Amino acid sequence: MSVDLATVKRVARLARIAVTEEEAERMTGELNGILGFVEQLSEVDVTGVEPMTSVTPVAMKKRVDVVNDGDKAADIVANAPVAEQNFFLVPKVVE
Amino acid sequence: MTELTSLTIAAARDKLKSREIKAVELTESYLKAIDAANGALNAYVTVTPDKALEMAKASDQRLSDGKAGALEGIPLGVKDLFATRDVHTQACSHILDGFKPQYESTVTQNLWNEGAVMLGKLNMDEFAMGSSNESSYYGPAVNPWKAKGSDEKLVPGGSSGGSAAAVAAHLCAGATATDTGGSIRQPAAFTGTVGIKPTYGRCSRWGIVAYASSLDQAGPIARDVRDAAILLKTMASVDAKDTTSVDVAVPDYEAALGQSLKGMKIGIPKEYRIDGMPEEIEALWRQGMQWLKDAGAEVVEISLPHTKYALPAYYIVASAEASSNLARYDGVRYGLRVDGKDIADMYEKTRAAGFGKEVQRRILMGTYVLSAGYYDAYYLRAQKVRTLIKRDFEDAFHAGVDAILAPITPSSAFAIGDKELAADPVKMYLQDVFTITLNMAGLPGISVPAGLDHKGLPLGLQLIGKPFEEETLFKTAHVIEQAAGTFTPAKWW
Repeated sequence: MSVDLATVKRVARLARIAVTEEEAERMTGELNGILGFVEQLSEVDVTGVEPMTSVTPVAMKKRVDVVNDGDKAADIVANAPVAEQNFFLVPKVVE
Repeated sequence: MTELTSLTIAAARDKLKSREIKAVELTESYLKAIDAANGALNAYVTVTPDKALEMAKASDQRLSDGKAGALEGIPLGVKDLFATRDVHTQACSHILDGFKPQYESTVTQNLWNEGAVMLGKLNMDEFAMGSSNESSYYGPAVNPWKAKGSDEKLVPGGSSGGSAAAVAAHLCAGATATDTGGSIRQPAAFTGTVGIKPTYGRCSRWGIVAYASSLDQAGPIARDVRDAAILLKTMASVDAKDTTSVDVAVPDYEAALGQSLKGMKIGIPKEYRIDGMPEEIEALWRQGMQWLKDAGAEVVEISLPHTKYALPAYYIVASAEASSNLARYDGVRYGLRVDGKDIADMYEKTRAAGFGKEVQRRILMGTYVLSAGYYDAYYLRAQKVRTLIKRDFEDAFHAGVDAILAPITPSSAFAIGDKELAADPVKMYLQDVFTITLNMAGLPGISVPAGLDHKGLPLGLQLIGKPFEEETLFKTAHVIEQAAGTFTPAKWW
């Protein structure tokens, strides 16, 4: 399988990465190189093989459903590029 | 008097305990060495002298009070991927500009709890994606090794290139690192240092910037096998904050050193004899087999038939997980923000400016393989292949093999800015052909220096073990180290 320029632009949009025409062209070539390389996986017979979900055969650990952390709003917004009164600020999203 | 920075962790530990040296003196020697070398080697992206001296002073107090921890007063470097409270933690990416976490990773907290001293944060490939440290936003770290008669600057490997360079150049006593596809073991091999990637679940991933969560694992890079064993003992723990942390007690790894290899069976995987492998690497591998035989182990050929599919499967799984993990960098909660005309435009501009080329490539690859209509063909198939890769190892272990001996890299360190590798991402990915299989299976692996090539550059050998049998790796690697010796670069910086 290979990708064309339109697909690369669509994927970049899905990934929320702005790309110029030139970058999209370069990435099309690079992604096709990688896709060509991974193509060899189609040789493997995977009939009846379970996909791996965990390398260690352990049951997912669950913690008790209690509040065990919190009350640190100032810590949470400490690194925000723009914050006000412990809120993250973003460009207007509703009209 | 010998320079304090030339002491191994084990040697420094003894001298600190006997009060022959002070923790503050030791830390000052390292800070001085970093000052003199970092301009040339670019191993550290930030140095924390005030914090280091404060920690060292507290260590001296605890040493005099008889309350010393296992790593009391030992100065360490930390890969920029580990969250360190109020200190530069940016995964060497532009998108995390200015990020100073308000919390500490479990692995580094374990080290500080035992008295270790933090010197600063170490260079790495951006988000741990790379095999040469060249994708760092802060420029490449430089290998302290140079080829005989050459002045060309070489890569220290990646992604933990700063960790390996700093350890080899004696700019820290030991360093933390992480390994998703070879990022501890390949840089260790390129710099003549020892690196161990423990079993998945051995070290907590809490507070480590995520790349590919089902593969990422922390481990140490150190000057010798004993120091690696000492560091892993403290780094490893069972942690309620990481659901993939496994409830197995941490043994005393150092106690395994010097144990006999009699009765051990070492597997030699025939699929690792790849086309075009340099004769020097083959010869070193044979030498390694001989050393282990001389120590009483039995060497047998084994087959791991799905080996060649590990690398392509890795680039699907790792890219897919990366595209999901890196979705959090959106210019809202931390790091860089580039303003746009609306919120979507702000996201797109921020991520375009903040991520480097290799990171963007992997995010796009991951987004594509997870997108509607392609999930089964790529991601699901890769996860099935992963099951087969793991089964290969299980079959070998069931047949009585205790550990596997293999090469670690297809060559010694290459030049910074190598044109052929830069032009073709797949060629760079092939650097990891020997390291990646065990990440896919979650197994532990150690890289130990075994000799120098014709250019005078270090080469390593790799041992792969059963889950949670790191002790076997330490004792076997120790035998190789005893036979091969240790390797230190000539100082030019």
